Amino acid sequence: MLLPVLRRLAEMLFVMLGISVVVFGIFFATPGADPAARIAGRNATPQVLAQVRHSFGFDQPLPVQYAKMMDKLFIKRDLTSFVNRGQKVIPAVIEAAPVTLSLVLGAAVIWVVFGILVGVAAAATRGSLLDRGLMFLSLVGVSMPVFWVGSVANLLTQSRWHNSFLFHWVPGLGYTPLTQDPWMWFKGLVIPWITLAILYIGLYGRVLRANLVEAYQEDYIRTARAKGLSEARIMFRHALRTSLITFVSMFGLDFGALVGGGALLTEVVFNLPGVGRLTYEALQTLDLPFIMATVMYSSVFVVFANAVVDIAYAWLDPRVRNAS
Amino acid sequence: MPEPASASGAAPRAEGPWAEAFRKLRRDRTAMGAVLVLCLIVLACCAAPLYARYVSHTDPFQSNPAGQITIHGQSVDIMQTDSAGLGLGVNPIGPTWHGQYFLGADGQGRDVAARILYGGRNSLIIAFFSTIVTLVLAALVGTVAGFAGGWTDIILARLLDVLWAFPVYLLAISLSIVIISSGLQIGPINIPSNSLLIPIAIIGIVYVPYVARPIRGQVLSLSRSDFVLAARCLGVPGFRILSKDILPNVAPTLIVFAPLMMALNMLTESALSFLSIGVQPPAASWGTIIQDGEGLLYTQPMVAVAPGLAIVITVLALNFLGDGVRDALDPRAKLRVRKD
Repeated sequence: MLLPVLRRLAEMLFVMLGISVVVFGIFFATPGADPAARIAGRNATPQVLAQVRHSFGFDQPLPVQYAKMMDKLFIKRDLTSFVNRGQKVIPAVIEAAPVTLSLVLGAAVIWVVFGILVGVAAAATRGSLLDRGLMFLSLVGVSMPVFWVGSVANLLTQSRWHNSFLFHWVPGLGYTPLTQDPWMWFKGLVIPWITLAILYIGLYGRVLRANLVEAYQEDYIRTARAKGLSEARIMFRHALRTSLITFVSMFGLDFGALVGGGALLTEVVFNLPGVGRLTYEALQTLDLPFIMATVMYSSVFVVFANAVVDIAYAWLDPRVRNAS
Repeated sequence: MPEPASASGAAPRAEGPWAEAFRKLRRDRTAMGAVLVLCLIVLACCAAPLYARYVSHTDPFQSNPAGQITIHGQSVDIMQTDSAGLGLGVNPIGPTWHGQYFLGADGQGRDVAARILYGGRNSLIIAFFSTIVTLVLAALVGTVAGFAGGWTDIILARLLDVLWAFPVYLLAISLSIVIISSGLQIGPINIPSNSLLIPIAIIGIVYVPYVARPIRGQVLSLSRSDFVLAARCLGVPGFRILSKDILPNVAPTLIVFAPLMMALNMLTESALSFLSIGVQPPAASWGTIIQDGEGLLYTQPMVAVAPGLAIVITVLALNFLGDGVRDALDPRAKLRVRKD
């Protein structure tokens, strides 16, 4: 049990190192322009440029620059923005993290519940009109750009139907911290949660249905039928349990990817001040230190989350757990 | 395990696997409907200059704040005086449902319908060519890694692992912001920052691991299979095994991926353009038009809603076609494209 865990952790460290090298390469070794000019932003004075060049070590070889950068990002954590002069980047990212987590956690609850509902309902009635209708809607769900769904949701809940009984409770765009007013926190996030969840309900519903239909052709289901178990028991105790394996591993990956930047578009459309929105604002002002910090921290988080999922998964699966 | 190319022996009528798949696909009504819809969309977008010239009578790239059009014999301002709207005292005209300004005007007085047709060209071009980039690179990397084995495989597979763990949007954002802020200079080749090649290359590259990993696995198991071993024992040279035994068996996988990847790439392109790091103004794509419409969302929602519908219809058709192609070529549905 211990050996695979250590192996996975070593792999995680390798991938983190790899990603940091890739990010560094993209930001500092892309041919075309002076990296100091990129960092310092538009309209930088020669003094600022010289200062940037020195403090990032651009007059030294690439490995030294890489080490200096990692030091600024992860050890000293004193990387500053040049667009909003003097603003410390990393505290801002950490401050924004709870917003992103609130958004993704709520959406995850919705998409897991409805994804299972859709998958089970479609598989249980496979071939019927309900099955086809649900699968069509799921495909529509995965075919819609999330930022457009968010815009349409805003149009309906903030403007067109805001004064109807349906949406009069929806507060204006923005975020209220959970600690300040839990009820407002909830009300403000319901529409963003649903918007973000739609894609994943479609995706998970389709995958779960396919897995369930496959499971129904297995011998152990025939055995269960032969024992005279009820259809409901066959579905929930036998077919669903094995089919959830894919579901769970997908969930780990998607959750990590969303927290690490995938929720960016939803945050932008709903004006939620999370890590994604910070990245977006930095994009608009070409604030490279900021973008680099969010990209680096988010991808490190994603890699870490994936490793945790894999380890948890190995621990849950008796075949893997008892292998060594 | 995919069957080698001579699997038709048991069938009553000799028919290659490609012909059989094609026949299955042609019988699939949903897939054929999707093909029809896609053809119509491509034709409409190709006809964009004709539409701008003969129907809307405007240049969709020229801002036109002082223009006027004639509806029912009355002359109407394109930018109408309005206390709401942009907060500038003017609000662009809404859908006229006539030839001119069929879907209304955007914040600069440009014809939205004509812009959607022009934008569709860019969206389709980027989605199509980035798919080609993904498939070619993935086939190359996956085949080389799987077939060569040894250190080549270890290095390529690790590289794919790193890219795969990198969140797609973050990778695309990092690449875009660096390249778009200053263009790209590789030796004598200078790619300006508004070139369509940039989003094509970026979107094409970020999805390579999603296709290359399954291809590598397939090539790995093929190169250990008995018929490849037999060929090796007969002294068939490596490149011939690759072209005659491996590639024909990998090709169906690539074709199954093609429509699904194109759907995914179209969504990615629209997202990058929405974030203003995809197609650069004055050129348009469906994503940039949605972004133009954000400021007008509550007053003239059509500017943002219409291009979004165009994306949904196109991507939905591609996904339906993709499902059909998969059912035809890969009946047991081993491949799945992850969308996130």
